Amino acid sequence: MNLTLRIWRQSGPDAPGELTTYQVSGISPEMSFLEMLDTLNEELILRGEVPVAFDHDCREGICGACGMVINGQAHGPERTTTCQLHMRHFQDGEVIDVEPWRSAAFPVVKDLVVDRSAFDRIIGSGGYITAPTGSAPDAHATPVPKEAADLAFEHAECIGCGACVAACPNGSAMLFTAAKVVHLNVLPQGAPERRGRVRAMVGAMDAEGFGGCTNTGECASACPKGIGLNAIGTLNREFLRGGR
Amino acid sequence: MAVSGLVMLGYLVLHMIGNLKIFFGASELNGYAAWLRTIGQPFLGHAWFLWIARVALVAAVVVHGVAAYQLSRRDLAARPTGYQHSGARRTRARQSYATRTMRWGGVILALFIVWHILDLTTLTVNPVADPGHPYQNIVGAFRTWYDGGIYCVAMLALGLHVRHGFWSAAQTLGANSPGRDRALKLTANLLALVLTAGFLSVPIAVMTGIVR
Repeated sequence: MNLTLRIWRQSGPDAPGELTTYQVSGISPEMSFLEMLDTLNEELILRGEVPVAFDHDCREGICGACGMVINGQAHGPERTTTCQLHMRHFQDGEVIDVEPWRSAAFPVVKDLVVDRSAFDRIIGSGGYITAPTGSAPDAHATPVPKEAADLAFEHAECIGCGACVAACPNGSAMLFTAAKVVHLNVLPQGAPERRGRVRAMVGAMDAEGFGGCTNTGECASACPKGIGLNAIGTLNREFLRGGR
Repeated sequence: MAVSGLVMLGYLVLHMIGNLKIFFGASELNGYAAWLRTIGQPFLGHAWFLWIARVALVAAVVVHGVAAYQLSRRDLAARPTGYQHSGARRTRARQSYATRTMRWGGVILALFIVWHILDLTTLTVNPVADPGHPYQNIVGAFRTWYDGGIYCVAMLALGLHVRHGFWSAAQTLGANSPGRDRALKLTANLLALVLTAGFLSVPIAVMTGIVR
């Protein structure tokens, strides 16, 4: 496959950026999108140019590092992470636009790399369970109902990739925060802190400069882990119960 | 947004049902309009209830509008640099037309409310302008092409606004759950359809000569 790539190049956080056009050839349909970018970078290095910076880590769809907007869609045309997106979903000769996540709360570090520590600060504000450290607790000390365990696990699947923010027309982080709140608030271990947790996490989310939710549903259809829009309804319910 | 929206939605259902009295004739509709002014008497004075309702509705409209403005400002600030993909609109995976048009549809509805009050409440722009005879005013207004046209466009915008708005309000108030999602979406669509059809039936009946 031969492809034309238009990639956002920006040398630093405060430098101006622009879409730069590159040609890549010899791409096989079995390659992942990241391997295609690796191929481009090898060529750029050989030519003595600066390679395109992009985040990646596990390359097996579970870490959430490889966020980028491909042809206007977070993680591209398939509902998966960029590392699990294969080139067979593109046509030979296609022009592909690659841009970083766009959000005031995710400043661009370089090229396609954004700083997602805003998510870490939301987690730090309440996305945990206060537990004594030391020896491991007995396995069945706290019985967890099957339904609660399933619901918690479904929402614990969130890998914090930020696709929800990137896809949202309002740049809102509601789905991320909702997934974390639902995950912990439905479990008996998370119950004692549920009110304070939802207040603190929503407060931290607002303080980071994310947009407000208008229930467009773009987040849920971009989420590579299939977190549902109902999580936001549950977050709102927990918030109203938590008082102010 | 949710609470003020639901207040207005509740009013719209009553308003639509009241409007349908036009199909029972002039005395029925004019009698109904006169009765509206006697609600609460003798505890309340003449037309007091109407004024209380008007104040509450204006408050709901203002709260709704201010909240929408604040939310929009915040949403614009949350993405200072947009996506450049192909210059065209971004591929939208999920948003329906109703969802996309909430903001401008809301602006259309706000302008319509102003026109509607000038037309059939204060009678400022009404071609008949006969106080106390709403039936004659309505028929006179909808016989003009522009009044009927404005009304029809606004009611279509209303249907779209309610379609997304009702479900979204349920979501905001935390009333949604996986089990209820389908029922809520169905209710939203049904409300949108019934309100639009009910409100549209009046100008269409006048324009086709069923109501004269």
